[in-house]
Amino acid sequence: MSTPSYLVDTGPRKGVAAWLTTTDHKRIGLLYLLAMTIFFFGAVGIGVVMRLVQLTVFQKLVTAQTYNALFTLHGVVMVFLFVIPGLSAVFGNFFLPILIGANDVSFPRLNLASWYFFIAGALLAVTALFTGGGPPDTGWSFYAPFSIKTGTNVSLAVFAAFVLGFSSMLTGINFITTTHRLRAPGMTWFRMPLFCWGVYATAWVQILATPIIAITLVLVILERVFGIGIFDPAKGGDPLLYQHLFWIYSHPAVYIMILPAMGAISEIMPTFAKRTIFGYKAIALSSIAIAGVGSLVWAHHMFTSGMSEFANMIFALLTMIVAVPSAIKVFNWVSTLYKGAIDFQPPLLFALTFIFLFSIGGLTGVMQGALAVNVHVHDTYFIVGHFHYVMFGGTGFGFFAALLYWFPKMFGKMYSKKAIYASWFPMFVGFNLLYFSMLILGLMGMPRRYFHHLPQFDTLHVVATVGSWFLVLGLLMFFGTLLRALFKGGQAEDNPWGGVTLEWTLASPPIQENFEAIPTITHGPYHFEKEGQG
Amino acid sequence: MSEHVPHDDFGSRLGMWLFLVTEMVLFGGLFIAYSYMRAKYPGEFHQAGEELNVTLGVINTVVLLTSSLTVVLSIVAIQRGEKARSMGLLASTLGLGTVFLVIKSFEWAAKFHHGLYPNSAHLATLPPGEQIFFGLYFTMTGLHGLHVIAGMGVLAWILRMLAKDQVRQDHYIHLENGGLYWHLVDVIWIFLLPLFYLAA
Ligand code: HEM
Repeated sequence: MSTPSYLVDTGPRKGVAAWLTTTDHKRIGLLYLLAMTIFFFGAVGIGVVMRLVQLTVFQKLVTAQTYNALFTLHGVVMVFLFVIPGLSAVFGNFFLPILIGANDVSFPRLNLASWYFFIAGALLAVTALFTGGGPPDTGWSFYAPFSIKTGTNVSLAVFAAFVLGFSSMLTGINFITTTHRLRAPGMTWFRMPLFCWGVYATAWVQILATPIIAITLVLVILERVFGIGIFDPAKGGDPLLYQHLFWIYSHPAVYIMILPAMGAISEIMPTFAKRTIFGYKAIALSSIAIAGVGSLVWAHHMFTSGMSEFANMIFALLTMIVAVPSAIKVFNWVSTLYKGAIDFQPPLLFALTFIFLFSIGGLTGVMQGALAVNVHVHDTYFIVGHFHYVMFGGTGFGFFAALLYWFPKMFGKMYSKKAIYASWFPMFVGFNLLYFSMLILGLMGMPRRYFHHLPQFDTLHVVATVGSWFLVLGLLMFFGTLLRALFKGGQAEDNPWGGVTLEWTLASPPIQENFEAIPTITHGPYHFEKEGQG
Repeated sequence: MSEHVPHDDFGSRLGMWLFLVTEMVLFGGLFIAYSYMRAKYPGEFHQAGEELNVTLGVINTVVLLTSSLTVVLSIVAIQRGEKARSMGLLASTLGLGTVFLVIKSFEWAAKFHHGLYPNSAHLATLPPGEQIFFGLYFTMTGLHGLHVIAGMGVLAWILRMLAKDQVRQDHYIHLENGGLYWHLVDVIWIFLLPLFYLAA
């Protein structure tokens, strides 16, 4: 190869300086990957500690206040620093331009700025732990009126989330413009790979919903600093308004988390089934439908907060409806396998795991959409189990699947497939031991955010904690394998999986410019020769 | 380094519009809060609205509208290649922005003088709805004021680009985008005027 890859410094700056000033979308994707992996493992560590505390022997390990700080930190880091930037920030940055046949995003410098906002937000969040009144103890949702009364350092933490929101918004603006303006000649909307649809729909949610959380968080700060009264019942304010505003963003935010993951799964399925995806348009448009209807269901988090019966019913109905487009995708993925020539590889295993875990998460979600059930399980471990199934089983495993799929392209190295299979087993078993126990615990009445539990819940808590050990073991094996591949792995082929989308036409790793000449597209994305369709 | 993306004015404008969308949603959140509270306390909002000076509010509206006009004229001027005129018009926008801020600060000072500010002893004696009204008033006009200042910062920077010929007859996308932002600031004010000053 005469042209050096994007991993080689060609500019005047070298090493770390070159990376920190890069405007190459591929390098920025890796910067996110590095930062997010660190945050992820930090928060996993906290999760494991929280599980330990539920064992009788370790009960004395932390006080109730520390436990409050732990779940707040764990939740904030996982949500704002891992799953919300999520696949968009890493794989969206790296692959959106490549998949539509472009050499970069529309605003490369803004893209780098977004990363710096992201890091600034993260640093602020860390600072919030050690300054002011100590680590915030509100939970990741910062519910008023507690968040405006507590003496802990909520203002700074909330400001950190504000800065992170800004980063997310700028990324959204960049990706929408890129998708509209930089598609290669012949790359019509319905010839775009489905990952692009996922990232594109997400970008819209990012710009339409994020400002709402931004302003809500500003109001919390103003409330704490100046006492403007909007959320303070003593001054005529209303905490319920906080909940509305919070969920108007935070519910769509769960689609920010999941849509790009669904997009990645839609890339993986056809590649390993060696046939075009079943129902391309249904999947593409269901992304948009999810983004749309998903914006109208926020109040299903508030069925027990004292809204009117009528409002409750409307939101319950909408919640049931939003499950439909997600189910459409699941059926399409599964149908893609039917009569395919399945080539079983690690990315496919993780994609199937995604479908399995996400389905459990989705179905428990529909259960909670039913009003009567919701009242029973609200604020119990059932909720904790449910959102770990969707966020971790969904977005998390989607992330892992995408990483396995694109790793050879991104780094030009191949990992040991056997070691990945070996890591899958403890991960999968541990995951279900941990979170399925939580679902049952919740139905039995174990409330969330409690640092101790009643004796009748003992057995399942032990099972869950043991599960968390398997899970972490699996995670360490997984990332250990990839790390090893980075340094010792063999050179990956340009097209190790036999994929047909544009990234597989490039070298592994790609050259800095992506395409020496911008390609002209003449057919749909999943055009497998043998089959002659697509 | 960023040179491997072709220059694209349409793309820049699209990006700017998307940014304006986020700004509108940002204020949208406050409008939601306003409507929620107004529905809860219609009478008290009416009562509290009496405290605001409608004349000053209207004068400020005219000031901002005029400043938007001068931005537009400044763009027209640069399209015709009249650099000095374009700079002069843009400078008048900055001047009008300053006038707006001065009037606004007089109004705020008067409210403070009457003890009508969040957490004041006097405000606490008023009915809850009026307390909320002033809470929202300061939040929303304050945030708008910050946008005026930010917008003036942007326009001042563009003025400098004009002086250095970085913005010129064949390349004025920055001025256009700056103007768009300034119109947004203007439009938001047009909403604030009836919500607060004409609430009575
Ligand atoms: C090994 C990995 C993990 C373990 C052991 C773990 C464990 C826990 C535990 C014990 C809680 C607190 C339950 C309670 O007392 O209410 C919790 C809460 C939470 N977890 Fe995890 N978790 C893990 C991974 C994740 C991931 C990957 C995500 C997101 C992608 C996540 C998101 C959250 C959120 C949002 C909360 C709620 C925090 C709050 O109540 O404010 N967790 N987790």
